[in-house]
Amino acid sequence: MIEVRLFATFREGRDKIVYLEPEQASCPADVLDHLKIPHEEVAICLINGFHSKLSDPVKDQDVLALFPPVGGG
Amino acid sequence: MKTSYNGKLARINLSTGEIKVEQLDMELATKFIGGRGLGTKMLYDEGVATVDPLSEDNKLIYITGPMTGTASPSAGRYMVVTKSPLTGMIASSNSGGVWGARLKYAGWDALIVEGKAPEWTYINVSDDKIELLSAKDYVGMMSEEADAKLKEVHPGCSVLNIGPAGEHLSLLAAIMNDKDRAAGRSGVGAVMGSKNLKAITVTATAKVVEPFDAAKLKEATKACNQKIRENGVTGGGLPTYGTAVLVNIINNTGSFPTKNWQESYYPEADDISGETLKDTYLVKNAACHRCPIACGRVIKVGDKVVGGPEYEPLWAYGGNCGLHDLNAIDEANMWCNEYGLDAISTPCTIAAAMELFDKGYIKEEECDGIPLAWGSSEAIVEWTKRMGEGKLPLAKLMADGSYRLCEHYGHPEFSMSVKKQEMPAYDARGIQGIGITYATSNRGGCHVRGYLISPEVLGLPEQLDRTTTEGKAQWCKIFQDLTAAIDSMGLCLFSSFALGAPDYAALLNAGTGTEYTAEELLTVGERIYNIERLFNKAAGMKPEDDRLPKRLTEEPISSGPSKGQISQINVTLPQYYEVRGWENAFPTKETLERLGLAE
Ligand code: SF4
Repeated sequence: MIEVRLFATFREGRDKIVYLEPEQASCPADVLDHLKIPHEEVAICLINGFHSKLSDPVKDQDVLALFPPVGGG
Repeated sequence: MKTSYNGKLARINLSTGEIKVEQLDMELATKFIGGRGLGTKMLYDEGVATVDPLSEDNKLIYITGPMTGTASPSAGRYMVVTKSPLTGMIASSNSGGVWGARLKYAGWDALIVEGKAPEWTYINVSDDKIELLSAKDYVGMMSEEADAKLKEVHPGCSVLNIGPAGEHLSLLAAIMNDKDRAAGRSGVGAVMGSKNLKAITVTATAKVVEPFDAAKLKEATKACNQKIRENGVTGGGLPTYGTAVLVNIINNTGSFPTKNWQESYYPEADDISGETLKDTYLVKNAACHRCPIACGRVIKVGDKVVGGPEYEPLWAYGGNCGLHDLNAIDEANMWCNEYGLDAISTPCTIAAAMELFDKGYIKEEECDGIPLAWGSSEAIVEWTKRMGEGKLPLAKLMADGSYRLCEHYGHPEFSMSVKKQEMPAYDARGIQGIGITYATSNRGGCHVRGYLISPEVLGLPEQLDRTTTEGKAQWCKIFQDLTAAIDSMGLCLFSSFALGAPDYAALLNAGTGTEYTAEELLTVGERIYNIERLFNKAAGMKPEDDRLPKRLTEEPISSGPSKGQISQINVTLPQYYEVRGWENAFPTKETLERLGLAE
């Protein structure tokens, strides 16, 4: 399973955590399509805690964390 | 010539009661802008670096920037500049609210407070009239109550004050203004307490500051406001979630210090996140003077409606104390505001005490019925109050910060501090650049003096790899220099998520009539960073003070996404000194000459 964690406004109308089968997504872009999140709304995409591109590969057991533009200090 | 400076300072001697009006030295103002920069330069020139910070020889400068009170976005900031009793080095604590703008409207750029009042006193500023009044009726009062009572005496005033923590000279004491805004760091509240100064009230008739070129300022402000509105962070994320939104981001990078930095990933972090705060206790967001961002939180604690926690206290009371009880954190944060305690250093000191307790150095019998156990909601709330009171022996010790506490128990290595000031909420093992900021910050452990989290985690203005060292020294210098300029102008650093050096130069030029390019503005920031360093040198700083706690260089992160990582400050620090033109932590003669700082 791929664990997809959603944050901030991505949680509106969705669960906080979504699990996908590896066959359902080979990269974060596939995950976004599945969740109907426009790609341009993603500001931070982490795979297992590391910044990644939407085209980077995801595999079974990976944890994906997706954030819209947010920040602070 | 019109300019957004008032051109006027008041020098108030609390020992003699003498109040002198002085002209602002415009040449110095141009070289150091105002706020943090000009305040440090004045303090340095007046020989304050070598004094005992809690003696009457120390001076407290409350200073606005040239943009404070203008129509520029987030133009409500002022600085408290003094010698810190916590670090023994420069302190410049920044605060928002409306107090700074009121001081400006009353006709002053700065108040320089000297000496020590024979009895508890407060300063009342009402336009050009300044008087010293007895504060005996307000001593011992919580910050909010004193604020309300002083408003009854001076209707319509804005109040800056210290709570009980500043009165008992806690080295973690903050200066509060407008109830829940804080000039929080470096123990500036203790300096105020040492002068028997409880509060400064300000009433102003005027409501505007006339800039050098009103049309140009209007145009620059309009362009900046548009960028702020359109930027996802300043136009969406910050107003909706506040800085608290960082909890989940930083935790998911495995750089969320947990249990006094023994770990760096907290599985329950979502319970104390900005998202959860919004869904539970948030009443509304709030803005400082003239701020289109409005990142402030207004929350419910029991039946009270109060200012809510920023990211740092959520982390420091939360993961760093091994706790995910949001209600308890909200309450502890409220007590920080009421007692006037720094909401970063106070919980970080409790976390250090919890480690000392866990390892058996602090004994249960010292805890007077409330053990300092990891994850204890009761402990974070009650020990915050005890630190605010400063009566119980252990609480009194804790009220002077984690370094002195841990040293007392023979284990200074458990103090997660730099220059004796606690580091904030980002693990420099998982995020390499922020370690340079921590190590070299002139005011000790601090994140907002070169916020490399912006490029290393948030991807602004571009995404850097958080795990590498390459180029980080240069990035750190640029961020430190730009921040010094923004802080000195009287604007909020958060505006920089949307704005860059050219925007700030345009605002400053329209306000004051300077003709700075973006590059020249950065050089002014560099000058400010270097004068701070000269102050520290004169105060006795040693090269080894630019260091990170051993835990960050010797204990790899034990679990989570950044498992195995360690700070490479040994690599980045020499690179940083090179890009700064410093040798052994201090500016070379050539650097000082280049910046116009040679003596
Ligand atoms: S961004 Fe937040 S802290 Fe900064 S001035 Fe605006 S409301 Fe105040």
